[in-house]
Amino acid sequence: MQAAATEDAGLGAILRARWEAFKGGDVGSLPVIFGIVAITIFFTSKSNIFFTAVNFSNLIGQMAGTTVIALGIVFVLLIGEIDLSVGYVSGLASVVVAEMQLPGSSHDYPGLIAIGLAVLTGAVFGGIQGSVIAFIGVPSFIVTLSGLLIAEGLIIKIISNQGSIAIQDQQINDIANYILTKNTGWIIAIVFTVGLALASFGTYFSRRRAGLPTGNLVITIVRVVFYGGLAFAGVAVCNHDRGVPLVGLIVLAVVVLGSYLAGRTTFGRHVYAVGGNAEAARRAGINVKLIRILCFVISGAMAGLGGIIFASRLNGVDQTFGGGTLLLDAISAAVIGGVSLFGGRGRVSGALFGGLIIGMISNGTDLIGSADWVKYVTTGGILLAAVTLDTLARRRQAAAGR
Amino acid sequence: MSTDAQTVTLELRGVSKSFGSVEALHEVDFEVRDGEVMALVGDNGAGKSTLIKCVAGINSIDDGEILFEGKRVSIHGPKDAAKLGIEVVYQDLALADNLDVVQNMYLGREEHDFLFRLKESPMEQKTAETLASLSVTTIRSVRQPVATLSGGQRQSVAVARAVMWNNRVVFLDEPTAALGVAQTRQVLALVRRLAEQGIAVVLVSHNLVDVFEVADRITVLRLGRNIGVYERDKTNEQEIVQAITFGAAHEETEVAT
Repeated sequence: MQAAATEDAGLGAILRARWEAFKGGDVGSLPVIFGIVAITIFFTSKSNIFFTAVNFSNLIGQMAGTTVIALGIVFVLLIGEIDLSVGYVSGLASVVVAEMQLPGSSHDYPGLIAIGLAVLTGAVFGGIQGSVIAFIGVPSFIVTLSGLLIAEGLIIKIISNQGSIAIQDQQINDIANYILTKNTGWIIAIVFTVGLALASFGTYFSRRRAGLPTGNLVITIVRVVFYGGLAFAGVAVCNHDRGVPLVGLIVLAVVVLGSYLAGRTTFGRHVYAVGGNAEAARRAGINVKLIRILCFVISGAMAGLGGIIFASRLNGVDQTFGGGTLLLDAISAAVIGGVSLFGGRGRVSGALFGGLIIGMISNGTDLIGSADWVKYVTTGGILLAAVTLDTLARRRQAAAGR
Repeated sequence: MSTDAQTVTLELRGVSKSFGSVEALHEVDFEVRDGEVMALVGDNGAGKSTLIKCVAGINSIDDGEILFEGKRVSIHGPKDAAKLGIEVVYQDLALADNLDVVQNMYLGREEHDFLFRLKESPMEQKTAETLASLSVTTIRSVRQPVATLSGGQRQSVAVARAVMWNNRVVFLDEPTAALGVAQTRQVLALVRRLAEQGIAVVLVSHNLVDVFEVADRITVLRLGRNIGVYERDKTNEQEIVQAITFGAAHEETEVAT
């Protein structure tokens, strides 16, 4: 096999190939890594709190909700649609979770059931929007814009009497506030690294057994060591403070699950196909409508989970939930994480990195006491840069094709 | 190529199809046999695309019957056509640019386990084998995105996808329309190899040079009617052009075999 000869070549050849791909418009995760490093250096030089264990734990809590919502948006972006409703759908879910645990009411359910119902609310909301988009063909921009307004209206309707609802349920409040023991943190890092190693080397050796090009073993090892090292470093920093927040584990679990779904399953493959060429997908016998609906269900459900995290973090909800910059932050996170607005390109893990960047800016500007406008202008600038990069990458890729 | 001894794989008898008041196909007969390349030619609006869509299950026929290996079949959707082993390679290729060659070859038919986990290794192996069996050697890696391939390579992938599933009948809609000279060569050679593997190939084309190069027989459609079937060795370009533009030279109703 000719391909095998070139792909199994030394590191030099691989780096050269990577460089070629880079020039061809596939910039990979470089801009994101560069962004994270630059932001870290900047805020560390401005504030002596930014680069501390306490602030790191804090950052995890701040970015968790946005990141989970962004992860749902990734699936919608991958099929080339948009979901503008996620902000207020998350608000609606947080109101639902608060209502469903309300002591003294007729629906005083245990925390986990309330959480389930809130996620379900988001999923159903997304499912309805997805159905309108898939079956009737109304543009997702308009459908989810209506959804945004409807969800906001529902929030006001439900909550208008009280103005706010306090959450006293321990399970719900634990979501954002529970800190795992230090040993649990280490176990998570070990499980994550071992799992990653098993998956990576499993793929490597099964491909080698099948006589397929495997890529370079060194690169595989470096990747496992790098991400495993990140996990251990993260746990070490958290343990230096009080320990790993449960919500950090939830985010990690959702990202791993989402990545698996998108990258390793037939469903994920079909999502990318619909985003790349919906007509081709249809002719190949893929149920395009179903894929569309499911992506909006995922988006709604993840918005629901994000809303629960926010509600849990503040131990209650009020009318403003789901508003503000939440929607734009979530979409920005997905796009900054390298997910194309044009569909079909990007990874689920991009939501994590994008969420991290958005979270760091928000956290850092708060720390150095800059005015809100600085935060908005910075976030806006970075979003614009990310979309510009995506557009240029597409152009270059199209040019490299011929 | 001797065509007489071979069995008729797909046959249309008196197929009609109207869109509103426009009759796109009028009592059209059509057949293609195992291992032959049947060209389907005609001017714009002659009904070529409609015929393909009827066979592919995208349009349903109003009247007439479709026979597959002599048995009457009804095709109500793309799945029915696929089940019979009828595959259409469309002009616009229907490949997803963002997916790689393997992913496109298996699109909608991915191999997976009970957890819907993709089985990448066998799919990649089979793809490489299929491309090799068709002597498609210009694709460097089956893991490169289709967006990075040239027009001829993309066409090769689309055609290879059609043959990977043990298809019996493959329709190629203008496979050389957007290609350069060398790439056209490549694709025409590929068309010939398909037929040599025993597949019934229907080549839809405007380009009579291409048609005369690879086709065994030529069916001419004009204004939704079958003008006639010509054997490549017993006709010439002029006769075909005549049939395409004015109908059959002698009789309107001529039905050759």
